[in-house]
Amino acid sequence: MSDKIIPIGPYHPLQEEPEFFRLRVDGEVVTDIDIEIGYNHRAIEKISESKSYDQVTFLVERICGICSTSHPFAYTNAIDDLLGVEVPERALYIRTIIGELERLHSHLLWLGLAGHFLGYNTVWMWAWRYREPVLDIFERITGNRQHYAMFKPGGIRRDLDEADFPWIKKTLKSLIPKFDMFKGAVIDDPVIRARTEGVGVLTKQDVHDYACVGPTARASGVAMDVRKDDPYAAYGKVEWKVITQQGGGVFAKAVVRILELYESTNIILQCLDKMPKGPIDLNIKDMPAGEGIGRHEAPRGEVFHYVMSDGGNSPARHKVRAPSYMNIASNKKAVIGETISDATIILAAVDPCYCCTERMAVVDYKTGKKVFDGQDLIRLSQEKTERLRQKTKNR
Amino acid sequence: MLKHLFNFIIFPGFLFTAVVGLAASWIDRKVTARVQWRVGPPWYQPLADLVKLSIKEITIPKNASKVVFLLAPLFGLSAVILAATFIWQANIQLGASGFTGDIVVILYLLTLPAIALILGSSASGNPLASLGVSREIKLMLAYELPFIICIIVPIIKSSGFLKMTDLIAFQAINGVFVSNISGILAILVAVFCMQAKLGLVPFDMAEAETEIMGGIYIEYSGILLAVLKLTKTIMMVALPVFLSSIFWGGFSVWKYVVLLVVMILMRNTNPRVRIDQALRFFWYRMTSLAIIAVLLATLGM
Repeated sequence: MSDKIIPIGPYHPLQEEPEFFRLRVDGEVVTDIDIEIGYNHRAIEKISESKSYDQVTFLVERICGICSTSHPFAYTNAIDDLLGVEVPERALYIRTIIGELERLHSHLLWLGLAGHFLGYNTVWMWAWRYREPVLDIFERITGNRQHYAMFKPGGIRRDLDEADFPWIKKTLKSLIPKFDMFKGAVIDDPVIRARTEGVGVLTKQDVHDYACVGPTARASGVAMDVRKDDPYAAYGKVEWKVITQQGGGVFAKAVVRILELYESTNIILQCLDKMPKGPIDLNIKDMPAGEGIGRHEAPRGEVFHYVMSDGGNSPARHKVRAPSYMNIASNKKAVIGETISDATIILAAVDPCYCCTERMAVVDYKTGKKVFDGQDLIRLSQEKTERLRQKTKNR
Repeated sequence: MLKHLFNFIIFPGFLFTAVVGLAASWIDRKVTARVQWRVGPPWYQPLADLVKLSIKEITIPKNASKVVFLLAPLFGLSAVILAATFIWQANIQLGASGFTGDIVVILYLLTLPAIALILGSSASGNPLASLGVSREIKLMLAYELPFIICIIVPIIKSSGFLKMTDLIAFQAINGVFVSNISGILAILVAVFCMQAKLGLVPFDMAEAETEIMGGIYIEYSGILLAVLKLTKTIMMVALPVFLSSIFWGGFSVWKYVVLLVVMILMRNTNPRVRIDQALRFFWYRMTSLAIIAVLLATLGM
């Protein structure tokens, strides 16, 4: 059979967001893959420069619908770094709880979707059913099932009610048998193993080459986790371990995520026990000039935020790097040589979040060609950095 | 002549089988929904789907071979209706039912829907459809061999009957074939082949919505899609009834329900396998099992 191109995207049942993978196939085997992003750019970094520091927390929360708290988490870390303040202890614990609850629901969501992509709709529905209690906890403690709006530079916005703690603990503990069930259903099922084990393998070297982060890296045996490597919030104060697997394939990624469910539950339970009483907010009023970085281990990997302040009301420059941006590129390595059936689950195995990954692309609609190539974009960004440097120097 | 036409179109052919099939597909959807903690559709949903599809516009791709594309679904549907008519007639002893060798004819007729779909879909000129077609062809090559081998078992055990009514009568006197080890092996293989023939999970790779967006069905819309769905629905009745007649001493409601439940459970507790895995499964495991069943049958077990 001659070479032909199988498109996955921009609109495809595999993905809920517009993204384009052009698979060149020989029969069923993928020989090359071209990844195109830039269908839905929202210019969040630019908008951020016109909002006040408090408003930006809400803005970045809307970068991603699933890991909605990772961006505010990293952003507030960046602002706290910029200010050089010590956030109250209780606020740190509450931040940790929110971050870990989010990991629970995000991993359960991925587990369900992975089942759906494999045609195993029962796993899909069951995983999402047991995701519900996590969302119920969110609703009880933050008022929202998604977009919790809990973060704020220098603290958090709402306190947790001690009266809720027994109920939260009970709900979380009731989830552990369900996680056991999923562990059994995925690890012991011969058909799932046959479909996923050794499929789309990334070696340790590939992980380093493509700078993969999060569960994608940990499934290849790279023990990389910001929570451990550079502890922030309350992660240094609780007992937990980094989950790694050696396989590197889709199966290993699934196992990493399932085992992380236990660790997250463990962290939340410890936080609820250890949480001290006290203030939750520093009530920051002034923003000095300077720059700060913030990192957070999102469910998909490390989120990085850089904020530059010129002493004004809004960031002079705000840079976001989401984990999927690093992980999606690794598909270039993982997909080639596999079949189309496997390609879809490999593409999904990095738990891609396309709205985080979105970058600008300027396309001439008459010719369909991209106006700026890589070199042009580097030149444009260097010019912009130079302008920023001049601007902050003048102040 | 008129009687045959009546048998073909109304009872027990098209209309009757379609109604039973729609009911069965509702049971399938409802049970699936309950297994997945969903509510599930109301009883008329399969019919409503067909009605909705049949009032929709038909889109014909520009570079499709139009005649083949349009006629293939009807070709498949009429073949499966004919098969269903034969199978029912043998079971309810309607008139002079059957002829020597009707099992072979039914085997051919049950293969035709897949062939029609392959023809029609490859006529559409869509790359994803051609991928689905190549998978369907491989799958057909995979399941037809063990299916035909395991059909030989009842023929051997009845010392050479090739007529369905004879087989049913033989089982009524000498006991059903599934009471022997060879019969059990044969129906086991046949149930897996049935799942693949119906294109249900784990053997739905020709359709594979999340991989190739419906693959073999991708270009079909409107009433043509309704016809294809109806073909599948009728197959869902014809195949289990066929299996229960030749292995299990004739049709009865509970036997049909048992086979249906096996089908539904299998499709809800498995992910989709890859085409090469399916090929290996049918050729190595199922064919060997079917051959063992035939050998056991010749030894009288």
